[in-house]
Amino acid sequence: MLQLSKEDLVKAYTQMRTIRDFEERVHEEFAGGGIPGFVHLYAGEEASAVGVCMNLNDKDNIASTHRGHGHCIAKGCDVKGMMQEIYGRRGGLCGGKGGSMHIADLSKGMMGANGIVGGGPPLICGAALSAKTLGTGGVAVAFVGDGGSNQGTTLESYNLAKVWNLPAIFVVEDNGYAESTASAWSVAGSQIKRAEAFGMEGYEVDGHDFFAVYEAARDVIAKARDGGGPSLLHVKLNRYFGHFEGDAMTYRGDGEVDALRQSRDSLQIFRQRVSETGLLEAAEMDEIDRSVSGLVDEAVSESEAAPPPTRDDLTTDVYVSY
Amino acid sequence: MPKKSFRQAINEALAMEMRRDPTVVLMGEDVAGGAGAAGEDDAWGGPLGVTKGLMPEFGRDRILDTPISESAFIGAAAGAAATGLRPVAELMFVDFMGVCLDQIYNQAGKFRYMFGGKAVTPMVVRTMYGAGFRAASQHSQCLYPVFTHMPGLKVAIPSSPYEAKGLLIQAIRDDDPVIFFEHKVMYDDEEEVPDEAYTIPFGEANLTREGDDVTIVALGRMVQFANQVADKLEGEGITCTVVDPRTTSPMDEDTILECVEETGRLVIVDEASPRCNIATDVSALVSERAFGALKAPIRMVTPPHTPVPFAAELEDLYIPNPERIEEAVRSVMGHQA
Repeated sequence: MLQLSKEDLVKAYTQMRTIRDFEERVHEEFAGGGIPGFVHLYAGEEASAVGVCMNLNDKDNIASTHRGHGHCIAKGCDVKGMMQEIYGRRGGLCGGKGGSMHIADLSKGMMGANGIVGGGPPLICGAALSAKTLGTGGVAVAFVGDGGSNQGTTLESYNLAKVWNLPAIFVVEDNGYAESTASAWSVAGSQIKRAEAFGMEGYEVDGHDFFAVYEAARDVIAKARDGGGPSLLHVKLNRYFGHFEGDAMTYRGDGEVDALRQSRDSLQIFRQRVSETGLLEAAEMDEIDRSVSGLVDEAVSESEAAPPPTRDDLTTDVYVSY
Repeated sequence: MPKKSFRQAINEALAMEMRRDPTVVLMGEDVAGGAGAAGEDDAWGGPLGVTKGLMPEFGRDRILDTPISESAFIGAAAGAAATGLRPVAELMFVDFMGVCLDQIYNQAGKFRYMFGGKAVTPMVVRTMYGAGFRAASQHSQCLYPVFTHMPGLKVAIPSSPYEAKGLLIQAIRDDDPVIFFEHKVMYDDEEEVPDEAYTIPFGEANLTREGDDVTIVALGRMVQFANQVADKLEGEGITCTVVDPRTTSPMDEDTILECVEETGRLVIVDEASPRCNIATDVSALVSERAFGALKAPIRMVTPPHTPVPFAAELEDLYIPNPERIEEAVRSVMGHQA
């Protein structure tokens, strides 16, 4: 924590608060019928995306999951452009053609949320190969869930990344549930032992603790940048909402989510840690909260008013040339 | 002009593009071969030696042997293409698409559209296809109709060594993902191929024969059979136009329609399984847009709707052959409207 500047702490808190507010607001607007399609919310997992991405720059690439809003915000995607995309507006980051599950901004190194569980790790091997071949000094990070950790694509990518000694990091965000199925039931062995079986270092991290994630990610990313090859982080965290919006979460225990919101809230934990050390005042964070809230309000109201794509947009952007 | 084999033409196209553009890399199972083994380096150059000799020139950093993990390395090609490289990935047999298709059609093929036109994914998947090698059901299929069906992908099917070199150079320089089909029994075919680099544009059909009576649309190896039939029947006064579309996505619909308007008769030869293949696609095109020009029902020459068999006698029955094409041409000529 000590090596983070005040500016870094403000950035980290702002991004985490933005993710939380964004997701809480999308939850409300979806319930109200304003947002179409499938939406998977990241609330509760903020410290993972932000803790990892604080160690990255625009030359570094990430691949995300169906639960991608948090990774987008942490990698620097424009929040208003994201909201418009989720609303299916022409001014969205992807022109309204992608939606929640496919938000991307390649100029920020965000290679897309992904509707296919386990779709991202092979792509990240490719981005890491580009960095290595072109000598950019960049790294590539694949976020996968505990569900995605069981896909062959993910396990194949561990092997390929190690065989090719790629600057790749695999971040397994284990929120306890692959859809409605407990990871305690669906994951044989352990994530760390899986990493070790492929000759990678693997570390289990408390995903509610921004500082724990930040430090673990800092070390494995630095190692990858130096040519030390791939590593894995097993980030244990919780999601506050369902697998998708509309999920009644009947598989969760009585009072489980309420208890998590009380005891395992990455924002509360962050506030407590920085307040104790005097690095950031509560009033400063309250001010960030107000500012973020205003931004999300604007993003929603602008998205509601924004025009949809046009008829001509239907058939553009399929090919560069055809 | 020097004669070169289909194999040499592809090898030459790869080498020339790798010399020209340092972002071109090749990856796949045994594309060099012998990685980490005690014996010869560049041991294979692919299972049929198509990429032999590239690794000694370009090194293992650009000729990338892979584990047998098609999902991982085809996906890596997609990710690399979206981040600055121009990868050529070798999917050894197109039959193996079942273990990596998601990375091709859900990822690479859709990046550009899903991301609002901001992604460029210049990757090539080279893959072997086709029956005639006694390679049985899991190493002999055509499957190009599957990729043709998928928006965002381009599909090239060269019919000769000259076509292979020009279409592959175009594929590598193309900014969209291209699936490049190489028929495994054609690697030793020879014809004159220029030494210099040249491209053949996608979506521009080639007329390998021109005639007045029947249009034969054929793909890949079937173009050779169609040419044989056209040459034979010319002696009897039946002249055929043979249309090689070269690419099925994009498809040169205009040329096919123009030829049918001129001849009024159409035979389509497709080595792919008969349901929802290129023959049915071309038939639908002509039925919808040139119906009035037809003097006879369209004939399709395809395999039966079965897996590719192993036994030589069965496989020979399976593959469309010149005799069946000739029969189809005679039947459309003999049709009384």
